[in-house]
Amino acid sequence: MPTVQTKEGILEDQIMNTVNWARAQFALTAMYHWIFVPLTLGLAFLVAFFESIYVKTGNEEWKKLTKFWMTLFGINFAIGVATGIILEFQFGTNWSNYSWIVGDIFGAPLAIEGIFAFFLEATFFAVMFFGWHKVSKGFHLFSTWMVAIGSNLSAVWILVANGWMQYPVGMAFNPDKARFEMQNFWEVALSPVAVHKFTHTTSSAFLLASLFVVGISSLFLLQKRHQKMAKRSMVVAAVFGFIASTFVALTGDEAAFNVARHQPMKLAAMEGLYVGAEKAPIVAMGIVNSAKKPGDDQPAFIQEVKIPGLLSLLANRDANSFVPGIDDLVFGNSGRNIIGAEQRMVTGKIAVAALARYKEAKAKGDMAAATAALAVFDQHKGDLGYGYLKSPVQSVPPVSTTFYSFHIMVVLGTMFPLIFMLVLYFIFKGTIESQRWLNLACFASIFLGYVAQQSGWVVAEVGRQPWAIQGMLPVGVASTNIAASNVQTTFFIFLTLFTALLVAEISIMVKQIKIGPEA
Amino acid sequence: MIALPEKLYSFYRDGFRSMVLGRTLWKIIVIKLFVIFAVLKFFLFPNYLNKNFNTEHERAGHVLENLTKSP
Repeated sequence: MPTVQTKEGILEDQIMNTVNWARAQFALTAMYHWIFVPLTLGLAFLVAFFESIYVKTGNEEWKKLTKFWMTLFGINFAIGVATGIILEFQFGTNWSNYSWIVGDIFGAPLAIEGIFAFFLEATFFAVMFFGWHKVSKGFHLFSTWMVAIGSNLSAVWILVANGWMQYPVGMAFNPDKARFEMQNFWEVALSPVAVHKFTHTTSSAFLLASLFVVGISSLFLLQKRHQKMAKRSMVVAAVFGFIASTFVALTGDEAAFNVARHQPMKLAAMEGLYVGAEKAPIVAMGIVNSAKKPGDDQPAFIQEVKIPGLLSLLANRDANSFVPGIDDLVFGNSGRNIIGAEQRMVTGKIAVAALARYKEAKAKGDMAAATAALAVFDQHKGDLGYGYLKSPVQSVPPVSTTFYSFHIMVVLGTMFPLIFMLVLYFIFKGTIESQRWLNLACFASIFLGYVAQQSGWVVAEVGRQPWAIQGMLPVGVASTNIAASNVQTTFFIFLTLFTALLVAEISIMVKQIKIGPEA
Repeated sequence: MIALPEKLYSFYRDGFRSMVLGRTLWKIIVIKLFVIFAVLKFFLFPNYLNKNFNTEHERAGHVLENLTKSP
């Protein structure tokens, strides 16, 4: 039987079309931006380590090595610089409601961060590249360390902002200005989600840069070029990478613990857990049943290998504990005192209606009615975002994408420390040159490192859907009501621009690697 | 004795002059910044609220209108 599309339905489709194109454009830009950022953050520290060894030993070969990796750092930095600014443009054009609503919280810190980064780059970055024969060894080394530390510090606020979107704390909604206002700076800056967002992201960047150095060095070994330099680079990078891997695992565990506290729906999607359970398992490997819907009787997986109790242990530090599933979070579970999205929608709609009454009363100058509406709003504002949902099932993120991204990230994150250990073992055994399979694996791991990085962000961002701000603002309300064709056009312009820049980077980088440290 | 500003100037001048690969990278940066700020920002990415509303009060009113539309 054919369905009849109403005017409202067509309008809704158009809005969702715009929102989806805006999301695709933001994802494209953010993922492209994140090709360059982690390598910059991690390689800056590796260059600082290399130069420290040069200054300590006075060995000119370490200086040559430092300059080689510094050149690759410079190429990556130059191609990546300003790609993040495009995200800010998109906020103003495609996500105007969102950018207005959070402007009070992040406008100033992000501006300060930009100014800080500019001065850091204009001074210490210049000394790092121009100052080899102009300043003392000690000041040059100090500048290199400042670039490494400063680059990482300049990532703080954008990650705090992202952490706040996952777990909005330290703010209050001002109904007159239609925006969240900062109430407690430290609660925002030091929220556990923000702290682990920063530590997990930066340590994973160190891991990626270590894979990059080990991988390029392996290529030199495979080509039987610059072998001494390659082995020296590999030792430092493998040690740094192994330590970083440990931090990535620890901070990842803490991040999952926080997700369980503050974004239980995301955790359930990460593991494809529909029905909450005690001794909840981790699905070590599985094929998601894409036909599965919340509340139905279909199995969540077509094939799966489970480890019982491990999800409970990760989520609550107790292998016997209960972990809520998607069905519990959508429809509620009174036995476990879980309020589902279905019930939260009722509360949220009361909040939205009260906000509308407040606006009208204020416009009419009826302060008594405004005060009464505000009291109702304050009572129900905790579920404001749910008031914009049309169905409780809309509160579920795309399960397959979240599940597979999470598992790809975890599998690769488990493999990388093993690679670093093998590299160190064969280097100290003195046979790394003859381990062709390992060198090939190291080279391939550069690409796999990027896959892990991007997968991590997909888990964080797709797993947060449908929210722009967790529980407060769905993406459909956060976006601007503009024509989808406008966003489509700029999406393809970006795709072309980014592809051209990436080709430029890779070709310049490959050329420089071919030249090697003799340049 | 050379003054500090002069030292700084010659530091940057000599640095830029001695660049080899850096010249290519700077060309890419300049082209990229031009495309981002002069083309994308100016023609394709206007700030929606600043373009369509004149005061903070109007912008807040517009966002509040969007937040209170019947879902």
